[in-house]
Amino acid sequence: MKTTFRQIFRQANFVIGFSIITLILLVITIYPLFNPGSPLQMIGQGTFFKPGTYVNIYDSLDTSKVYTLRLDDAAANRIGKKLLPADRETMRAWLIAFGLPEESVQIEYTDDLLQLWWNSYDENVRPQGMTSAARKAAARVDAKLAGLYNMESLTITQPDETTGEPAQKMTVSETDYVNVSDIANVRVLPLGTDNFGRDTLKELLAATATSLKIGLLAGCIATLVGLALGLFAGYVGGIVDDIIMFFANLFTVIPGFVLLILISYSIGQESRGATTVAVVIGFTSWVWTTRSVRAQVLSLRNRDHVNLSKLSGHSLIRILVTDILPYIASYVVMALILQICSGILSEAQLSMLGLGPKTTEVPTLGLMMFWGMQYTAHLNGAWWAYFPVIVMIALISFSLNLMNTGLDQVFNPQLRS
Amino acid sequence: MTEQAKPLCLSGKGVTKIYGFGDRRVAAVDHVDFEFRKGELISIVGESGSGKTTLVKMLLGLTSVTEGEVYFLGERRDISSRKKLRTYWQGIQAIFQDPFSSYNMFNKIDTVLLDCINMRGGRRLPREKKIEMMTEACSFVNLKFAELTNKYPFELSGGQMQRLMIARIFLLKPQILLADEPTSMIDACSRATILDMLLGLRDEIGMTIIFVTHDIGLAYYISDTVYIMEHGKIVESGSADDVILRPSAPYTRRLINDVPKIHEPWDFAARRPAAAEATN
Ligand SMILES: Nc1ncnc2c1ncn2[C@@H]1O[C@H](COP(=O)(O)OP(=O)(O)O)[C@@H](O)[C@H]1O
Ligand SMILES: [Mg+2]
Repeated sequence: MKTTFRQIFRQANFVIGFSIITLILLVITIYPLFNPGSPLQMIGQGTFFKPGTYVNIYDSLDTSKVYTLRLDDAAANRIGKKLLPADRETMRAWLIAFGLPEESVQIEYTDDLLQLWWNSYDENVRPQGMTSAARKAAARVDAKLAGLYNMESLTITQPDETTGEPAQKMTVSETDYVNVSDIANVRVLPLGTDNFGRDTLKELLAATATSLKIGLLAGCIATLVGLALGLFAGYVGGIVDDIIMFFANLFTVIPGFVLLILISYSIGQESRGATTVAVVIGFTSWVWTTRSVRAQVLSLRNRDHVNLSKLSGHSLIRILVTDILPYIASYVVMALILQICSGILSEAQLSMLGLGPKTTEVPTLGLMMFWGMQYTAHLNGAWWAYFPVIVMIALISFSLNLMNTGLDQVFNPQLRS
Repeated sequence: MTEQAKPLCLSGKGVTKIYGFGDRRVAAVDHVDFEFRKGELISIVGESGSGKTTLVKMLLGLTSVTEGEVYFLGERRDISSRKKLRTYWQGIQAIFQDPFSSYNMFNKIDTVLLDCINMRGGRRLPREKKIEMMTEACSFVNLKFAELTNKYPFELSGGQMQRLMIARIFLLKPQILLADEPTSMIDACSRATILDMLLGLRDEIGMTIIFVTHDIGLAYYISDTVYIMEHGKIVESGSADDVILRPSAPYTRRLINDVPKIHEPWDFAARRPAAAEATN
């Protein structure tokens, strides 16, 4: 037993898979401690906020401490943001008419464009072939640039408490900065928000926890049902075997997923909780566990140690539990891991079809995909709403399968290299 | 004859076992009649595949009998319920061919022996008494219980495992023991020890041994009555002297010819089927 464990933990595949799963479990348990609150709380008004650090504007004006930073690129960034494409075209037209070679004027590079402009523009120059309207437009852009370069402070006023008259409160200059740690309301949204304005990272971790629970419950049900039926079908044989295999065949001809869809549909949106979905998945996916357990039992039931156990007067249950089960236990563990994995995937598939758990109760990986799709996150470029979910699903199923391969190599001596 | 006076303990009429159906139909045991008498050592001899193990499993009630009747202690055997089977198994026990697959490798050796005590109604005995019984059984087969306790079967050698199987029979004290090639997987040195122990056990608790083997020389050496089995049929039976010294069936003669004799050169020609046919 001990040596088996040591062997398992020497399997690179198993160790990698196990580490990933452990890491995921650690993160989903620890993260909510630092970021409490409901993962379904809609904090953003609007859909798909970009990932980033969100600072309250009012608080940032109100901070006691203001730092002055003279950053050239900050000014260029600000001007670059405010210089519209139309303005840039106007600048380009003027510069080319002024006589600069066409290839030297590139409107994407704000710094270079401004450099050329300051060097060349003169409102009194009248380049050849320019309409007066175009010249006036150029003059307007020049005025706008002058405005953007103005370093004068903004004055902020507030009604006076006693008189109610507007009174100067403070001035804000272009070079004034605040440190986000001085601000009361800073919200970091590493993965932005989803279509409902929920914190995507928080939702993702909560969804992972729920999906793992669904997978675990579905996997346990499928494995237990499959194991029990497989044991009885294989060991008892005869009519019991015929009846069980009849149902197993029935479930094989009707694809499990179709059955799953039909059952989920008939349960109805309102009564579909995460547990219900897990139970339904579990009870529709026992078939192949049954088949493979039965095959293993068939090869075990005529072994002499089983015969001897019968001769010692042991009951059916006792023989199944002590003489058959231990021999297939490693196999059952492997089947369980695969069933957990397929349970998670089934939930995702069901939810993508809109047949998953009720949305208002818990987030699941499948539901996140579903809503991302409904609100066309992929067309809006809101990758944070669906891509991390795909990565998480892939990571879970990758690591579970890796663990399984590792176990297989320990338990199947033929595979050992 | 004195042997006819001994009471029957196990007998069968037209016992048949058919595996599969259609093209794959195999009559593993084919209308076999036998009468095993109390206190005797009966050998069933046949080459591998002749249906010996199948017959043993049927006699034990581990597989169903396709056709025919088995009589236990003179009465028709009734094993229709689990309770009746349990009672039946108090009277008839077995040792199997392969000691390595006879043990549940997840159970300690103590479990094997304790099960026997429990089966004999000793479930409520005090612990010391149980240990005393297990120690006695082990010492009967030259094993030390103190060294075996808390060990797993795979920590033993094949010979030790088979001896422990005999210790099991010692505790169970059945009326009939079916030993299915108990020495064929054991090295020659341990083989004699195990045979001695089996014979000793027979004298100790007075049981009937049905000894299944492919070794006709061994059968002659230990048994009172010999049954020869070929392709599921019994082709010859009788006292060991009658069958082996004066064989009537050609199959028996072939089996006897196949035994290597230390003092004679190995004669290939005589062993070829054509040559064997010609001598008949
Ligand atoms: N469970 C089974 N299913 C089908 N055929 C079997 C089975 N067990 C044994 N047989 C067949 O029955 C015949 C007798 O086998 P067996 O009783 O094991 O012979 P022996 O013990 O004399 O070597 C063989 O031909 C074997 O292939
Ligand atoms: Mg055999």
